[in-house]
Amino acid sequence: MGEITTLHYLVVAAALFMIGTIGVLTRRNVVIILMSIELILNAVNLNLVAFSRLYGLHGQVFSIFVITDAAAEAAVGLGIIIAFFRNKETVNVDEVDLLKW
Amino acid sequence: MTPVGTTFFFYFLAFTAIVSAIAVITRRNPVHAALSLIVTLLSLAGFYLMLYAPFVAGVQIVLYAGGIMVLFLFVIMLVNLEQNVREYQFNKQWAVGIIASLALGGLLLFVYQRGHDIFPHDFVALPEAQNTQQIGLALYGNYMLPFEVASLLLLVAIVGAVVMAKKRI
Repeated sequence: MGEITTLHYLVVAAALFMIGTIGVLTRRNVVIILMSIELILNAVNLNLVAFSRLYGLHGQVFSIFVITDAAAEAAVGLGIIIAFFRNKETVNVDEVDLLKW
Repeated sequence: MTPVGTTFFFYFLAFTAIVSAIAVITRRNPVHAALSLIVTLLSLAGFYLMLYAPFVAGVQIVLYAGGIMVLFLFVIMLVNLEQNVREYQFNKQWAVGIIASLALGGLLLFVYQRGHDIFPHDFVALPEAQNTQQIGLALYGNYMLPFEVASLLLLVAIVGAVVMAKKRI
């Protein structure tokens, strides 16, 4: 227990990033894969805001842009999931083999 | 206003964030995963408050926990399958995925451990009372073009979501 430095925040962000990549690589449910991508984006945001404590306000502005991108990505991704579910009646990524030869 | 109990709150929020993030990727039911993700997002908002970024914390709660997660829950309600909960939840290459992610995490920790001396040690003064004002000035000043491009991106995303989800165009 000591003073909380930037390094502490970076370690928490790295842990969240790691959990997010594990979720993307191992889960079958495509909705949960999108949630893991949100986890990854949040880890990046935590890094940006932690560094804005050292280098000024730019990190916070950039993290707002990242949140905007996350919203756009969630909207389009969930639209794709609905279109896919309507055609194939499944949400598992390993059954999405339409383009596999 | 100087924060109180920073150490305690840091470890408390870090514990909450990481435990609920693990719950996101291990829960069988997608609704439970989404609720755990909300807990992670809220504890990250607490981190932003501790880092003197109240505007980003507010945006995080309103946009992420309020907006994006409602979208997720709607889609879960639309596509949720009874049988999907009973199926096997992890794919065949889960061991390789976990090993690769752990290697990535080890690399990050190694870099942080070796390189954290190059960070400046003193913090920049970020007055909380003017945080929102300063972010607004930065968005309409230096970051004018990225701001406009972001609005275009959102427009494209709206059109894309409608095109994807509509039955017949």
